[in-house]
Amino acid sequence: MHSPADKSPALIELKAVSKIYGAGMAEVRALDSVDLSIDDGEFVAIMGPSGSGKSTAMNMLGCLDRPSSGRYLFKGVDVGALSRNQRALLRRHYLGFVFQGFNLLARTSAVENVELPLIYRGIAAAPRRRQAMKALAHVGLAGREHHSPGELSGGQQQRVAIARAIATRPAVLLADEPTGNLDTKTSLEIMELLERLNRDEGLTVIMVTHEAEMAAYAGRIIHFLDGRIDHDATNRDAA
Amino acid sequence: MFFETLKLAIQAIARNPLRSFLTVLGIVIGVGAVIAMVTIGNGTTARVAADIAKLGSNLLFVRPGQFGPGRSSAEAKPFNARDIAALKTQLHRARAVAPAAQTIVTAIYGTESRNTTISGTDNDFFTALDWQLTQGRSFLEGEIRSGRAACIIGETVRDELFGNAEALGQRIRVNKVSCEVIGLLAAKGQSSFGTDRDDIIVMPLRTFQRRIAGNTNITAIYISARDGVQTAKVQADIERLLRERRNIGPGAEDDFSVRDMKEVAQTLTATTTVLTGLLGAVAGVSLLVGGIGIMNIMLVSVTERTREIGIRLAIGAQESQVLLQFLVEAIVLSLFGGVIGIMAGLGIAALATRAIQIPFVLDPMIVFFAFAFSALVGVLFGYFPARRAARLNPIDALRHE
Ligand SMILES: Nc1ncnc2c1ncn2[C@@H]1O[C@H](COP(=O)(O)OP(=O)(O)OP(=O)(O)O)[C@@H](O)[C@H]1O
Ligand SMILES: [Mg+2]
Repeated sequence: MHSPADKSPALIELKAVSKIYGAGMAEVRALDSVDLSIDDGEFVAIMGPSGSGKSTAMNMLGCLDRPSSGRYLFKGVDVGALSRNQRALLRRHYLGFVFQGFNLLARTSAVENVELPLIYRGIAAAPRRRQAMKALAHVGLAGREHHSPGELSGGQQQRVAIARAIATRPAVLLADEPTGNLDTKTSLEIMELLERLNRDEGLTVIMVTHEAEMAAYAGRIIHFLDGRIDHDATNRDAA
Repeated sequence: MFFETLKLAIQAIARNPLRSFLTVLGIVIGVGAVIAMVTIGNGTTARVAADIAKLGSNLLFVRPGQFGPGRSSAEAKPFNARDIAALKTQLHRARAVAPAAQTIVTAIYGTESRNTTISGTDNDFFTALDWQLTQGRSFLEGEIRSGRAACIIGETVRDELFGNAEALGQRIRVNKVSCEVIGLLAAKGQSSFGTDRDDIIVMPLRTFQRRIAGNTNITAIYISARDGVQTAKVQADIERLLRERRNIGPGAEDDFSVRDMKEVAQTLTATTTVLTGLLGAVAGVSLLVGGIGIMNIMLVSVTERTREIGIRLAIGAQESQVLLQFLVEAIVLSLFGGVIGIMAGLGIAALATRAIQIPFVLDPMIVFFAFAFSALVGVLFGYFPARRAARLNPIDALRHE
């Protein structure tokens, strides 16, 4: 799948992307001149120790943050040159994001949380509700649709966040430790769901994980270390 | 999309009932206080104006001495019958010239008694003060000349002494004098100063001087100008005539004073306008307090709202959509609070005006102003923190602490 010599532009391309927090002595290079290319339809796992820059990279790919230097091309388009509104539209129509910290709206039911991105896509109320319910069923939350985040366990909140990210059927799913709070059985169910979406619907999945068991579902595993890509390999064991 | 935004805004309002309630409360307090206060103030002014109209707008009031602090009319030389005669014959622009002397007496009828004011005067008194009789008659020429003990009584005195019984033709005792009730005055109600104008007995001046006062002093003169005549001209005539009669040399100060009741009225109206202004200021403070309340709520919730904005931006909302939502949210809360505030303010004003018996005078401008101000505060403090948040990178909004 991963072929750098592809003639059509890669779906996602980072070119010498750095992200620097702070300045002077307190400077932290969260990303240090990272080059990365991901093609349409790939299933990528990102691994690495805590603080190695995984979330920073995901935020960059999700257009939630802007690099200190370097370029980010999405479908060959330089994201850095887009306006704020254009980047919002890019997020709306192409990306689904699962945050490490879930980021659900408080005091808002699971189904309303999942509906939120659909509202911004302009989908009418009835089909929107259907799609949201279906996404929740996918992540095993049927029957919990009307609970608010405060009434859900950490794992359930995480699954609501996943449902929200896939409900729009995005081109790319960016998931930052989507199974971090789940038991092995549920984690494996989620991985199977992602694998199915990747295989059957061509969803490009980029997922951060600490667990080799979950990374094993990916076709490619990228290791981060101190803000750099330590190694990047095709996963031959992938199903 | 606007309908969706409205729905989002209403959802956001419903999601945080306490915050919404406090915001609405701030607006209700501000709007309600301003409307209630100003309406009460306006009612007071209108009441005073109406009372003044009842006084007679072309009335001049003359008394010995000067008005003002440290001056007493008791020391000044009173007027006498010849002054009155001269004024009556020489003031061509005057319709009525009524002399008056007053004191407090005890009036008794049967077992009932009442302390009241008694005025000695003549029939011009009723003309000058534009005061009708409801029953009986005014004084006869003979009664005035001879000083017969005839009384015309005010409504309060009649009620206190006679209740439901017939008053006309009865004899009441005024101090030691027995006096026949020959007429009843129409009720005038309270004056703006809170005194009861119907608490009065009127008798011929000569009767009063001989039998009650024991002197011939005249301590006041009521003069009304003819229709279409400026009171200022009549006032000048009076001053010239009285200076001459009282031998006041050129350059010397008057030892009497002429008051145009219209001026008194204007002073009074000015006072109530100040009162209204004061009430308005109090209301303004309420408005400010309400505004600060709203501001506080908005600032306290800014972290949560910033994160919410971050989430919305991250899943594909545009800055303008987020801002529209927050704007609509602020407008809905402000409108809601404004409407409740207007109703509460009008309700309080209606109760208060009824309680203190003043007219209910609504000033639409104030309603509009109070509403606009609160709406502005609500929108400003709902909108601007949101705008700041919506301009952040989504990730920075999400990380906001
Ligand atoms: N907003 C920030 N300000 C300053 N430093 C930051 C900020 N965000 C991240 N960093 C730093 O950048 C580095 C990379 O952080 P990042 O969140 O990408 O790590 P991570 O690989 O996702 O770790 P984990 O596995 O614990 O989630 C860390 O050293 C972190 O301290
Ligand atoms: Mg992380």
